[in-house]
Amino acid sequence: MELKELYRDVILDHNRSPRNFGRLEPADAQAAGHNPLCGDKLNLTLRLQGDRVQDLRFEGQGCAISTASASLMTEAVKGRSREQIARLYKEVHALLTASTEVPSADLGKLMALAGVAEFPARVKCASLCWHTLNAALERAPAPVSTE
Amino acid sequence: MSIQASPARSLPAGKPAFDAATVRAAFPILAREVNGKPLVYLDSAASSQRPLAVLRAVEHYETRLHANVHRGVHSLSQWATEAYENARETVRRHLHARSTHEIVFVRGTTEAINLVANSWGRRHLRAGDEILITYLEHHANIVPWQMLCAATGASLRAAPVKANGELDLAGFRSMLSAHTRLVAVAHISNALGTILPVQEIVRLAHARGVPVLLDGAQAVPHQAVDVQAIDCDFYAFSGHKVYGPTGIGALYARESLLSAMPPWQGGGDMILSVNIKESTYNALPWRFEAGTPNISGAVGLGAALDYLDSLGLAAVAAHEHALLELATERLSALPRLKLIGTASDKAAVLSFTMEGVHPHDIGTILDTEGIAIRTGHHCAMPIMEAFGLAATARASFGCYNNAEDVERLVEGLKKVRKVFG
Repeated sequence: MELKELYRDVILDHNRSPRNFGRLEPADAQAAGHNPLCGDKLNLTLRLQGDRVQDLRFEGQGCAISTASASLMTEAVKGRSREQIARLYKEVHALLTASTEVPSADLGKLMALAGVAEFPARVKCASLCWHTLNAALERAPAPVSTE
Repeated sequence: MSIQASPARSLPAGKPAFDAATVRAAFPILAREVNGKPLVYLDSAASSQRPLAVLRAVEHYETRLHANVHRGVHSLSQWATEAYENARETVRRHLHARSTHEIVFVRGTTEAINLVANSWGRRHLRAGDEILITYLEHHANIVPWQMLCAATGASLRAAPVKANGELDLAGFRSMLSAHTRLVAVAHISNALGTILPVQEIVRLAHARGVPVLLDGAQAVPHQAVDVQAIDCDFYAFSGHKVYGPTGIGALYARESLLSAMPPWQGGGDMILSVNIKESTYNALPWRFEAGTPNISGAVGLGAALDYLDSLGLAAVAAHEHALLELATERLSALPRLKLIGTASDKAAVLSFTMEGVHPHDIGTILDTEGIAIRTGHHCAMPIMEAFGLAATARASFGCYNNAEDVERLVEGLKKVRKVFG
């Protein structure tokens, strides 16, 4: 287990200065995530435009992995469609659980989470934000099609 | 020629001096490496490790003596019964109970408290009654009472805790009321290490005719416990926190209370005779032990208590207290580290936070150094909330820890600071 693989500079940076931190009011969708094992709590608010996540914010308290993962996620999904987000989630999940050697899509900065796979006890920390995002999107009304 | 008295001479005759190195060597798991580093085990408050004496007692039982207890006329069954009942006598002696009738084997502290809640509680509590606990309790001494309250209409109250983690005794006293039917408190807090003034608590409660249950899970491994001197009515503890196996523990219950309590589980071994319409229940304590018990667990628990006695409880308490003082001094000197719970009377438990670092990250970094600590809410969420914390890191010490463990912890925490800046 390589500690510097887990706590990469990008992770430490996003933990110290989380991006898109806070709450959107009003919001089109929101969800709360909770990891009872460590007490991590996450609240996610989204603004939607049609099929896309136009903006999102998160707030809560958690460990470096959960905070950085949420911060990186908000940057990665902003402006993306539901379908794109679903595909991204699949890739991130594969990355965190090391189920594939090389991710097929370009994960960009999310690749900083690659070290988590070596620390099975911490996979839940990194995936909490994604589960919360899925919950928020499932709850949000599907966009009305004009076609 | 001058003769210097060796320090051992000043100890009571017959008691060997406490030798930390010998004690450590008695625990095989402590010789292993974790993540390429020699293991530093600082999570005994969650579960302690087991000495060879316990492992061998269990092996001897399993390979030489096992059969079902209290049944067969054959030799193995008699030997198994003898081993099981001898373990009960060991528990009685260790807790200074009057009689083995007062010692019920259970799965652990949690089951002991559930037994009291279901048997004693359901018979004695009704709407308007109160159960008084404290904010320091482990979930095992909260949730069974909440369930009992839901079933009976009684209500649960919790006495406040001071900023240093001590019980607010004045607050406790003011919450003892004409409605209080039971006081249930920890002897030692698992989250903060606070040793509660249980004798004073019992005196106050008894003055109002209220029985007292003590959760002794953290106390039995740390110090001598005398239920007659404390004068409590129920005392619960777990085997696996006192260097014994998991899945075994004991409940002490004052005989006058226990004899009037209905069984809480029905089945074999807890009856004298059964016909299709009704059954005659067994005598104490077997009335409360339905089904084949954890015989080898009880044997292991007995061996664990014998082992602790062989070290001398006063010597163990002194050794752990010295480690607590050393660790408190060394951790307090680390910048931006805050100890949570600084009661004047404390067991060897250090709960702490580090500014800018979540306890989970502390735990992961220490783990890569081979150091095992607990991180999280320690199954005591109300006290965490009272301190405005979701989690702390907790290092807890047992008889096998030493000063080097403290130094390794300090080095590990310096590394945490280096990673997080």
